[in-house]
Amino acid sequence: MPVSLENSKIIYTALKACGIRLLSALPETWLVHLIQIAEGDPEMTLVRLAKEEEGVGLSAGAHFAGVKSAMLMQNHGYLASINGIVSFAHLYKVPLLMLITYRGSFGERDPWQTQGGNVTEALLRAMNIPYSFLDAPASVERRIRQAHTLAESSLQPVALLLTRDLMWVE
Amino acid sequence: MLRTDCLRSIYSELEKCLVVTIMGAVATELQSLGHSPNFFYLQHAMGLASSTGLGLALCLPRQKVVVFDGDGSLLMNLGTLSTLARYKPKNLVHVVFDNESLLSVGGFPTATSTGSDLEGIARAAGIPRASTVRTVEEFKAATRQAILGDGLQMIVAKVEPVGPEAFVTDLGLLENRFQFRRYIQSLAAKSH
Repeated sequence: MPVSLENSKIIYTALKACGIRLLSALPETWLVHLIQIAEGDPEMTLVRLAKEEEGVGLSAGAHFAGVKSAMLMQNHGYLASINGIVSFAHLYKVPLLMLITYRGSFGERDPWQTQGGNVTEALLRAMNIPYSFLDAPASVERRIRQAHTLAESSLQPVALLLTRDLMWVE
Repeated sequence: MLRTDCLRSIYSELEKCLVVTIMGAVATELQSLGHSPNFFYLQHAMGLASSTGLGLALCLPRQKVVVFDGDGSLLMNLGTLSTLARYKPKNLVHVVFDNESLLSVGGFPTATSTGSDLEGIARAAGIPRASTVRTVEEFKAATRQAILGDGLQMIVAKVEPVGPEAFVTDLGLLENRFQFRRYIQSLAAKSH
């Protein structure tokens, strides 16, 4: 499978370095390695969800409990989580570190992913969610650390878009 | 059976639990019995009270967590039952007040009024122990046993579709949220 194992490991290592100990996830192709690594890590609580919005509640519970968490989802999972983000994370000032695979953008071959790609950034902006990109291995660690720092200091959701350039080996 | 009588019957058992409620009548009635810093009222985000309880229960395995859910909220996120069943936290009690209606928006009937059985759905999702109670005595016994015992349990309490006159209280949402987190931090400090 041409999903980059090497770059998935870099992302995972960066999450661990931030102290992330709970990951909620709903599988998607680009996330397979990350989920498998988390599953094999006894220090990580991996929660496989039925729908991504549950992850907002999971992360809120973890935050109340003093445990740092992150959410792994596809951009369509972000779309499915919007009410939870607005009426829980925003309303109650809950930090969320959302790692969102940016499907449906340049290079996308799957027709069914393309509409989600069109609206992802516009919706992040509409919701005032600060976001950046994970697009090169050299900057992954720094961006994840910065995103996590901002989520914790601002007590709000922050998004990192995982791009094809980082996740996919052509 | 009235929800407020159910809550009153087990109120003293909640003292050492972390409690998460849904919005509307459940939150207001529990507050009217006496707010406590270990109570968190999720005043929106319908469906996510049980997910919040799961996060708490997984992160604080020695702490009993009680979620007071409702039929309308749970029906918005039935997938949560499969997630709860997958991880089966031993320290989570999931109480669902089923009044067969969306009471706070005018009492419109939910699907439990036309035969959808939340206990049955929970069992089929893999929740190990699920029961339905119809009297305050049954409710008190089942919930008390679940709080004092061990293992994920769901209790569906069939209650009347009546609630308080108003739903807004003088407890700010953020005040509640920060107080709840500080309470948990104080527990952690005590155990060290």
